[in-house]
Amino acid sequence: MALIDLANPTRFIALVERVLPWLIGATLIAFAFGLREAYLAPDDYQQGATVKIMFIHVPNAWLCMFVWGVMSAAALGTLVWRHPLADVAAKCAAPIGAAFTFLALVTGSLWGRPMWGTYWVWDARLTSVLVLFIMYLALIALWRTVDDPTRAGRAAAVLTLVGAVNLPIIKFSVDWWNTLHQPASVFRVGGPTLDRSMLIPLVVMALAFTLLFIALHLAAMRNEIMRRRVRTLMLTQAERT
Amino acid sequence: MDLGPHGPFIITAYLIAALVVTALVIWVIADHLAQKRALADLERRGITRRSVEPRPSQIKEPA
Repeated sequence: MALIDLANPTRFIALVERVLPWLIGATLIAFAFGLREAYLAPDDYQQGATVKIMFIHVPNAWLCMFVWGVMSAAALGTLVWRHPLADVAAKCAAPIGAAFTFLALVTGSLWGRPMWGTYWVWDARLTSVLVLFIMYLALIALWRTVDDPTRAGRAAAVLTLVGAVNLPIIKFSVDWWNTLHQPASVFRVGGPTLDRSMLIPLVVMALAFTLLFIALHLAAMRNEIMRRRVRTLMLTQAERT
Repeated sequence: MDLGPHGPFIITAYLIAALVVTALVIWVIADHLAQKRALADLERRGITRRSVEPRPSQIKEPA
């Protein structure tokens, strides 16, 4: 199936129906393996068992930025190429991204309390992720405010691209400013500083959450296409009566 | 398994993650069922994608 075929919502739904069971299976296997590895991972010599929070905090922190990246690509698809599924993809990614950002914030807080002595500090990393969470909520509100999906899609695309400025700020905040949050320990020049015994469960959990995102996103896109069909049919019917 | 003195923080973090993921899955499934119901309802009323004209079999004869 060529990429251009996916512009056809019916073909896209058919593809989702075929792919989704495999994705769900792969997600479940990845979570089972990742949670087992996280359970067996050794305690950190300084943090003790609290390091286990890392296996859910870090994947969610990565994904909250990745999902905004997906939405930014979709925003370009809406504004530049006017791809019929681009705004569907952007709209459906927003609630999932908001959930991942919420989890990154909450699990980070729960990790911070025993390690830093506080749930929250207004430093650059935490504040920029909070701003990302608020932007997700703003996008969801925007989609709900405008009835016409095409008009809402264009406005949301502009807001998404403006919000993308926050991504490098989040990523480099720990290098640019003085912060309680530790600097990057996986994606860094010179390779990861984590020991393999912790790196493997972290990578598997990140893969599991990424597969979960893809599965939820595709399923939500299928739902949104169906919702738009219902809307179009009801509008057409209303015009005829 | 000994989670040490900070066990409640670890357990709470994993529980909240499980709750949020479960809520996302339920949201997607419930939405899918709702849209399927809505489309089936429209189909039953003769309002279909290819034509908004009711099918002949679905037009009620006047009494």
